[in-house]
Amino acid sequence: MEKKVYLDNAAATPVRKEVIEEMMPFFDAEFGNPSTVYDMGSRIKAVVDVQRAKVAELIGARPEEIIFTSGGTEANNLAIKGIAFAHRKKGNHIIVAATEHHSVLNSARFFERLDYEVTFLKVDEYGLVDPQRIRELIRPETILVSIAYASNEIGTIQPISEIAEVCKNKGVFFHTDGVATVGNIPVDVKQLGVDLLSLSGIPLEAPKGTGALYFRKGLRLMPLLHGGIQESGRRGGTENVPGIVGLGKAAELTLQELPQKMRHVKVLRDKLVSGVIESIESVKLTGHPETRLPGHASFCVQAIEGEALVFMLSSEGIYVNTGSACASKALKTSPVLLAIGIPPELAQGSIVFTLDVTNTEEDIDYVLEKLPFVVGRLRSMSPLWGKKETAQASS
Amino acid sequence: MKFVKDIKADDTLDLVCRMCPLHLLEPGEKLACMKEGQVLEVLTDYDGALEDIPSWCEKCGQEFIGIEEDEDCYKLYIRKKKGNGDGKESISG
Repeated sequence: MEKKVYLDNAAATPVRKEVIEEMMPFFDAEFGNPSTVYDMGSRIKAVVDVQRAKVAELIGARPEEIIFTSGGTEANNLAIKGIAFAHRKKGNHIIVAATEHHSVLNSARFFERLDYEVTFLKVDEYGLVDPQRIRELIRPETILVSIAYASNEIGTIQPISEIAEVCKNKGVFFHTDGVATVGNIPVDVKQLGVDLLSLSGIPLEAPKGTGALYFRKGLRLMPLLHGGIQESGRRGGTENVPGIVGLGKAAELTLQELPQKMRHVKVLRDKLVSGVIESIESVKLTGHPETRLPGHASFCVQAIEGEALVFMLSSEGIYVNTGSACASKALKTSPVLLAIGIPPELAQGSIVFTLDVTNTEEDIDYVLEKLPFVVGRLRSMSPLWGKKETAQASS
Repeated sequence: MKFVKDIKADDTLDLVCRMCPLHLLEPGEKLACMKEGQVLEVLTDYDGALEDIPSWCEKCGQEFIGIEEDEDCYKLYIRKKKGNGDGKESISG
């Protein structure tokens, strides 16, 4: 059998067997609509509420503070649009980091067309935002600050509690995109002090198309999907019951297994980082060296195209990414890497590894065996690498 | 329409941004947890609630006290009169 090493777990994960088993009855035997009043439906409503409690427990929320969504993108849209529309009378200024996911950046840009003002906050070389800078930027008409808990592209974890404190003191709502964090590090919304947090089923090994938004009890939020009574009128549409059951089961398993997963992937990640730095010259670790997701390693490799590297690695059975799965197809220089000051020509060589508990030391050994070889091959064809060697020789 | 001012409520239900039929479901659930004689304040920006809630109160045997218009929303006041106030009568309405 051909060797296959999958290290792109931020983009997609296999759904766990236990999760699939839990979901199966809700495709056929238990197919009722939760909004119906007869037992076939009320039973399903009770099941959905159990899953709500499981997701809430994973992040330290109350069940009634969870809205199920179709994933992280919808949760981010609901948070930003829901707050911006519901609190327009209070103000029209939104602050987001320049390094946010497209679902946050484009939601914010949408409001620029609607007479709102958006500040795209600069970050430092590690991608960190400065809470004091947020304090300075908040003005009377500011209604929302949205900063991702961690970046899927560079792995850096933000000082979320400090930012939440600044926002609370200023009377501004604070949303964090937790898609990269929930399932990878412990998250407690009450300890963090956030008003809203988005999560996705993907890092939990739940099905794609599942996710949720935490919103602090009492918060006014304009629905994106107007409809019936589902999700207490905050998200219309018949519930994706199998998906919600899958998300709930995955949340339950994550709560039990997260410490073990974190230890496992961190050991492998550290081995990968030191191995790459030692075996390949002119490579830069992107993001913060310590304050980063435990299973996340990201680099910029000089004088190559990240897409070519990803493609060639896949022919060796190694599956990685150049950055955000959504952005990499656009063949555009990553705005996240540009925001942390990586020169455009170096940013082209971006490569991101996201590990999971199923990865092994042998997987990392295999990557460290193949990666220098593949990088060498690409560099041998790269005019940029030739220039670098000539420059070094003449200096 | 009976307009009131400075009513002291024992509990508040915020339905701002949420539409029909939440304004006919959630007051019943909230009243179910309240004692007879206590007052529930319902905040809503849904115009339909101005007619629906008084008639819902009549159907369910609850006392509709009146409405106060606020800058952001309407405030409707209901005094719990009897029963568990779960509003089940409203489902077919």
